[in-house]
Amino acid sequence: MSGPAGRAAGPGTERDPQLGQPVRVVLAKLGLDGHDRGLKVVARMLRDAGLEVIYLGLRQTAESILLAVEQEDADVIGLSIHNGGHLTLAPRMVEAVRTAGLDTPVVVGGIVPELDLERLRTAGVFAVLGPGASATEVAHTVRAAAAGRA
Amino acid sequence: MIAEPAARPEPRQAVPTTHDESRHAPGDVTTLFERACNGDRRALGRLLTYTERGGPGADAVAVAALPLAGGAHVVGITGAPGVGKSTLTDRLAQIATDDGWRVAILAVDPSSPLTGGAILGDRVRMVSAAAPGGPFVRSMASRGQSGGLALAALAAVRLLDATGHDLVIVETVGIGQVEVDIARTADTTIVAVSPGWGDAVQANKAGLLEMADIFVVNKADRAGASDARRDLEYMLDLGHRDGWRPPVALTVATTGDGADELFKHVQDHRHHLRDSSALADRRARHVAEEVRRHLHRWVDELCEHPPERAAALFAQVAAGRLAPSAAARRLAGELGKLSDRDGETAETAGEETEV
Repeated sequence: MSGPAGRAAGPGTERDPQLGQPVRVVLAKLGLDGHDRGLKVVARMLRDAGLEVIYLGLRQTAESILLAVEQEDADVIGLSIHNGGHLTLAPRMVEAVRTAGLDTPVVVGGIVPELDLERLRTAGVFAVLGPGASATEVAHTVRAAAAGRA
Repeated sequence: MIAEPAARPEPRQAVPTTHDESRHAPGDVTTLFERACNGDRRALGRLLTYTERGGPGADAVAVAALPLAGGAHVVGITGAPGVGKSTLTDRLAQIATDDGWRVAILAVDPSSPLTGGAILGDRVRMVSAAAPGGPFVRSMASRGQSGGLALAALAAVRLLDATGHDLVIVETVGIGQVEVDIARTADTTIVAVSPGWGDAVQANKAGLLEMADIFVVNKADRAGASDARRDLEYMLDLGHRDGWRPPVALTVATTGDGADELFKHVQDHRHHLRDSSALADRRARHVAEEVRRHLHRWVDELCEHPPERAAALFAQVAAGRLAPSAAARRLAGELGKLSDRDGETAETAGEETEV
């Protein structure tokens, strides 16, 4: 997995779980995509791994997700995509984050064909988690994203 | 809803007056605070993170916020899980926003005591939060801090107040003492129930219901709503406090029915507090309570991580050589040393508050 460069580490911006500060992750589905069971399972996995999940759920827009990231001072955006729109939706989210001048990493979960993985990475998606990802892997990936590590 | 001109909050100065205490602030707090006062969501989001973490960062934020706080009306809303608090909060926020108030919401949800993780799901119900010009919404997890949560929540409310919000709504699940305390340390406390929640005997039991300035029977389109209202009114017939009889509103938060009436009650209560000395009294009580909590935190720390001398005192009690009360008296002396050690943190806030 390759990620963008490490997040800016100004005073107080470090969110190292080792220091006892829980990682805060916004979980959402972007656009018209009604399957939120996976997102709920992931929310539970992350909760059980000690993360704080800000759950937005269905039918969000890039703007509403960004608003939540700002207000909640979130470390990571988790997008769940099951409608085949990942090549459109995920880069749009990354672009919206960058345009806003933020460096919040975007992790995608859901059904993404092997073929498309590289394109998503090139577009700046931090990581893609498929249906087989274990709870440990999900939590590890989100923590790594928060820490700016690959 | 009828908006009386007097009900609308007075506009407040957007930019804080500078004070020379920035020497204590870790770097960017002063700048962030000014940005937050000018409506910068990201700056406010970061300051709330400092507040939530406690320590010197939180104290620096408190120092910046204190001189400008006090203008907002703080509403606490609590009740059992699933009773409709988030949806009601969203409705109230929408109505107040339309009426010209700047609204902020603090939604407190429990952390898992086992893993420390949390699912903060209140934004799902807060449709208005996703709209441009909607309220500022922050979710806060209890993070397993016993006294800490209440302190962090109070500090967050003060920050939201100081950054120019006119109405701050704090939503907590009314399951634990701490959550109830948070809702109670508001200007107006709303307790929400739903039909079938209990009967007249439950209504007279001590606890949550005594805290209410306003009752809401939500999901009032379901059977038993008027029974619930009757039981609450019956309880209130037997006595209430401070010259204010809590009204009982019937709402259907999902459709918005009754929400205007609920907001009207909030405004009425606000007027009641301001027209009497009740607001000043209530806030003075809350401040004393907050100081007591800070003191408690030191006591807890002293007992949970006793320094050498404290540990020796415990051992003497265990060995039967010293009375527990005598050990406590000597420990009070240790408390002074502990507060000196944390002096940087504590004094910073302490000096500033003496305005």
